[in-house]
Amino acid sequence: MHAKLSIVALSVAAAFALSACGQKDAPPPVAAPAAPAAPAAKPEVVVKLGHVAPMTGPQAHLGKDNENGAVLAIEELNAKGLEIGGAKVKFELMAEDDQADPKQGSIVAQKLVDAKVNGVIGHLNSGTTIPASKLYADAGIPQISGSATNPKYTQQGFATAFRVMANDVQQGKVLGEFAAKQGVKTVAIVDDRSAYGQGLADEFKKAAEASGIKVVANEYTNDKATDFKAILTKIKSTKAELVFFGGMDAQGGPMTKQMRELGIKAKFLGGDGVCTPEFMKLGGEASEGNYCSLPGMPLEKLAKGPAFKERFTKRFGADIQLYSPYVYDAVMVMVDSMQRANSVESGKFLPEIGKTKFDGVTALIEFDQLGDLKGGAISLYQYKGGKLEYVETMGGSAIDLAKSEVKDAVAAVKEAGSAVAGAASEAGQQVGKDAAKAGAEINDAAKAAVAAGADAVKGAAEATKAAVEKK
Amino acid sequence: MDIFLQQIINGLVQGSIYALVALGYTMVYGIMGLINFAHGEVVMIGTLVTITVAGTLIKAGMPVVLAAMAGISVSVLVCIALGWGLERIAYRPLRNAPRLTPLITAIGMSIILQNLAMIVWGRNYLTFPPLFPKVHFELAGAHFTAVQVMIVLVSAITMGGLILLVYRTKLGMAMRATAQNPAVASLMGVNINRVIAAAFVIGSALGALAGIMVGSYYEIAHYQMGFMLGLKAFTAAVLGGIGNLAGAMIGGILLGLIEALGAGYIGDLTGGFLGSHYQDIFAFVVLIGVLMFKPSGLFGEKSGDRA
Repeated sequence: MHAKLSIVALSVAAAFALSACGQKDAPPPVAAPAAPAAPAAKPEVVVKLGHVAPMTGPQAHLGKDNENGAVLAIEELNAKGLEIGGAKVKFELMAEDDQADPKQGSIVAQKLVDAKVNGVIGHLNSGTTIPASKLYADAGIPQISGSATNPKYTQQGFATAFRVMANDVQQGKVLGEFAAKQGVKTVAIVDDRSAYGQGLADEFKKAAEASGIKVVANEYTNDKATDFKAILTKIKSTKAELVFFGGMDAQGGPMTKQMRELGIKAKFLGGDGVCTPEFMKLGGEASEGNYCSLPGMPLEKLAKGPAFKERFTKRFGADIQLYSPYVYDAVMVMVDSMQRANSVESGKFLPEIGKTKFDGVTALIEFDQLGDLKGGAISLYQYKGGKLEYVETMGGSAIDLAKSEVKDAVAAVKEAGSAVAGAASEAGQQVGKDAAKAGAEINDAAKAAVAAGADAVKGAAEATKAAVEKK
Repeated sequence: MDIFLQQIINGLVQGSIYALVALGYTMVYGIMGLINFAHGEVVMIGTLVTITVAGTLIKAGMPVVLAAMAGISVSVLVCIALGWGLERIAYRPLRNAPRLTPLITAIGMSIILQNLAMIVWGRNYLTFPPLFPKVHFELAGAHFTAVQVMIVLVSAITMGGLILLVYRTKLGMAMRATAQNPAVASLMGVNINRVIAAAFVIGSALGALAGIMVGSYYEIAHYQMGFMLGLKAFTAAVLGGIGNLAGAMIGGILLGLIEALGAGYIGDLTGGFLGSHYQDIFAFVVLIGVLMFKPSGLFGEKSGDRA
């Protein structure tokens, strides 16, 4: 009897140990000699940049997306053949897997510190970025994250911590104000208890309550769960009008599905973690009509956005999931700082990062004294027909907004111009007195269209000027 | 009050799934004294195979009903082969080894199967094709779907079938005899190897069905889904008395109900101190409680106390 008991108890202990170990699937790092090669025409220096993201587990698709962004940046930089500090530079990516687990994140961070990388891009999750940032700060290794939005990351005051998008203080605030604007009176908040989910939900709660929305339920799950029926049933009984979820798409998608199955009529609102194609795939029809937010502005509206999207899809044959443009910018910012400092050593180019003024794909990147992006915007999207439809942008720098408005105005003028051309060709087919009459009409219409277009451009240019002056 | 009924329904459905999987654990333990930790992975492979087969067939234009039947049959066959293979390769050579060795092997097979699944199906969450009609029912304010009704029905029918098998057929009698005392049973002319293989095969077939149910219920699957499910089903089997078939069934349903009601009401009961993210702890608190206070489970162990 006792033997059986101990076997059972031992096996349970073993199972617990198993769950703690998980799958160690960290790919071996690209081994690279740090010493320059034998002197040829110019000495060559290999710069190792670390990249950390969950490559296995429920967020593996986001991790792969991040890595693709970094790989694209590094390939383009290597193709340019840069020279820094009198030596030809070759960039190499040390890609690591932290499984979105804070413990694993710290282990991987230590590994990168021991490998003496020149800089780190990452991590992906706030929950792993924050503990890892201490390790990088102690080693003096600059760290730029393209996706960690929890405010604590930069509030720790490390000189090495930066991020290239808006943080959750801004995101939660925008989401809360957006919910109030939509006329919501009661909200149920669910979060996945990760640093990111919890932080975002807390900021949203503050903003929602400040806008007069009543929070009728606070429920929790975790970032590995698939069954939400119990908490959703509880939420159903509160009859909340809106369900806000602080967490990732791997949970958000099934959650909306189960909401539909339980007959919950409330709408769903989430942050950047659920604003992905994967969310719509997992949620199916249940995801239609709901809203989410993303830092920055939609790629199509940014000057370099569509070109980046084309290069990305051509290189990887996959859609951009979420953060790859930010990770791309993070790599570019780090290398740009190296160029300005004319050195690839962490100690030398770290001070330059703070002085960055880089026109990236996602925004004009400047950092404030904490390492946050200056003027980070938050855009709101709606899930429509399996795609994210842009709704509006709140917060953010006036310059970026004005730039996009100018872009819109130019597109409008182009349309007006082609409309005039079309009308002119039609008129050319008319004969006799009609031609003269039509000609006069077209003349007037053309004048009006061009005047309207010019007014639009003028107006947008004035807004830009005002914004520049304000700055 | 209506959410109480809803929670009961949620718990029943979840519990039926646990019961189906727990049967696999309990049968193997009853006959061999081995906790087959790889069983959760067999369930997971059942789900993923159905996704591949039914998904491809549906995309190729086959009507959903036919694709569903094809998917289910293929996945049951694959799981049967897998279970039989597991027994043959990993457990039979260790038949006479000390008790700890096959246990560690089972954990090892679990890890191997998980990583094989990751290599074959990738790391992302996969969507389960909708095989069953999406019909909604409402009863006194509680919502449930056709899939949920089907899960409970299929579980009940298969469990009934298994009871019939074990208590009314010759194979069942052989299994009960082997569970009592393998040496004497073999003296009486029972082919122990075939009986053990049969236990694995039947358990794996049930596991495949459970996997298909889980896939239809949550509509997502991934290579790690078997781990937690297996642990909880094992808890359910222990709760009911491991080695006891009826115990596994009742234990499974009971565990599902405890989890659903617990997660729903824990916030209220503890005044917000413990939140609903502690949903998973119920299974393990139950396990610890059972092992401490009534290690033989609710219904005691099946005959054959081999201390």
